[in-house]
Amino acid sequence: MIRPLLVAALASAATVFASPVSAQGTDPNLGRHLSAACANCHGTNGVSQQGMPNLAGQQQTYLAQQMRDFKTGKRPATIMHQLAKGYTDEQIDALAAYFSAQKAR
Amino acid sequence: MNRFTRRDFLKTSGALAATSLSPGCAMEPAAPSRPIGRVIVIGGGYGGATTAKYLRMWSGGSIEVFLIERNAEFISCPLSNLVLGGTKTLSDITRGYGGLRSHGVQVLRDEATAINAEKKKVSLKRNDDLPYDRLIVSPAVDLMYEQIEGYDAEAQKKILTAWKAGPETVALRQQLEAMRDGGVFVVSIPRSPYRCPPGPYERACQVAFYFKQAKPRSKVIILDANEDVVSKPALFKAAWNDLYKGIIEYRNNSEVKALDAHAMAVKTDFDTIKGDVLNVLPPMRAGDIARSAGLMTGNTRWCGVDWLTMESLAHKSIHVLGDATLSAPAMPKSGHMANNHGKLAAAAIVELMNGRAPDPQPVIANTCYSFVSDKEVIHVASVHRYDPAQKTLTVVPGASGVSSGRSELEGIYGWAWGQNIWSDMLG
Repeated sequence: MIRPLLVAALASAATVFASPVSAQGTDPNLGRHLSAACANCHGTNGVSQQGMPNLAGQQQTYLAQQMRDFKTGKRPATIMHQLAKGYTDEQIDALAAYFSAQKAR
Repeated sequence: MNRFTRRDFLKTSGALAATSLSPGCAMEPAAPSRPIGRVIVIGGGYGGATTAKYLRMWSGGSIEVFLIERNAEFISCPLSNLVLGGTKTLSDITRGYGGLRSHGVQVLRDEATAINAEKKKVSLKRNDDLPYDRLIVSPAVDLMYEQIEGYDAEAQKKILTAWKAGPETVALRQQLEAMRDGGVFVVSIPRSPYRCPPGPYERACQVAFYFKQAKPRSKVIILDANEDVVSKPALFKAAWNDLYKGIIEYRNNSEVKALDAHAMAVKTDFDTIKGDVLNVLPPMRAGDIARSAGLMTGNTRWCGVDWLTMESLAHKSIHVLGDATLSAPAMPKSGHMANNHGKLAAAAIVELMNGRAPDPQPVIANTCYSFVSDKEVIHVASVHRYDPAQKTLTVVPGASGVSSGRSELEGIYGWAWGQNIWSDMLG
């Protein structure tokens, strides 16, 4: 019984990955693409050169929580409270997952 | 067709190629023997350099990338007003192209003279024609001197724009240093859209900062063709009032129509204004190569693009980036934005060359920091998301704003922005 289920699951996963147009969150490169808009200030792949918080290798839950706190205004900021409002919760999760998987320098 | 092979490339540009053909740094796996496609990038600024790096990085080295750049080094326009203010030098805002070479980008110091969109090849000044699968055109702006009477080649030697950072930036600084105390600096701003909306206002601050230290009896006159300050109006006006009262004078609805380089005067519809140092910024349009290649659309000044891919609306397989584009709503012509255009294009091209559809809802962002003194900074920021209904990028509701006030904290961020984005595009 396990085998057909697994095949079915793989097949549906393959369908999703083959058509990233279907919905946000199913594109395997979503986190990578979104993260690139952070790299200007925080460094390529979140590896900061100087003067900005390093995002690479930070804990996923921590990163996601900070973005949500910026978004709601719970955490005050000079600029992040404005930028964080540009992202949905799903996008914030994708960003946090991507940066946490990057190697810090 | 004059096909430019890797072997020809080695022959024509020996030492340069020898370094660039190393298989890339640790970030990319060794390039496969047959690349999946070739992308040529025209212009090594914020847009072009970023695309070149990200194409190599995101394709795992499987896309062959040539970067055509006429200058030996990158000099940043953002932060170049600090050179006028005297707190930074040109070398502080200059970076090399070595980092891109270590990503496997083949950097050619050359100039694109023509684009053949049918045959998909680029003609170069010094090297043989170069064929492409996809072309990135990131030429920034060229200046429409002809729109201002008297702004001929001779006048341009004396009246500088310094709107492309480099030797003119240094020359304008020297004019300010040579000016007598009690002199007048005039900066004029064309109608929007133009490159770097806050730039002229920041420049006025930086020159006033220098005058305040070194020539306190001197004045800065801003002649703005627009109805009001185009970017961060309340914050700039507060800085002028608090920091440079009696030095900076702002005049709106004052479009410079003519100038007289001998009399050192500019003319608006109502006035003639004399100055000791004139900095007249003419209207701008997409760079020359975009015009000659027929990439300008609609209003004949800017290039329309498909915002899902940055692909030109005029020619398939040619992507246009940065200042040269017909901007999406509320999207400034900034270096930061060009860098984000570059990533959007790189992501789309990597997907397309691998037979996949590009991201259907890209999100990009802008941040512009302006130095109102040597240390205090103000920002404007926005997040832009693709809207399938309008088929363009629009500002996400609520996701934009400016500083609550000028601060030294943002001064630290403003300078760090430079270090990080230069590394992001070139490192």
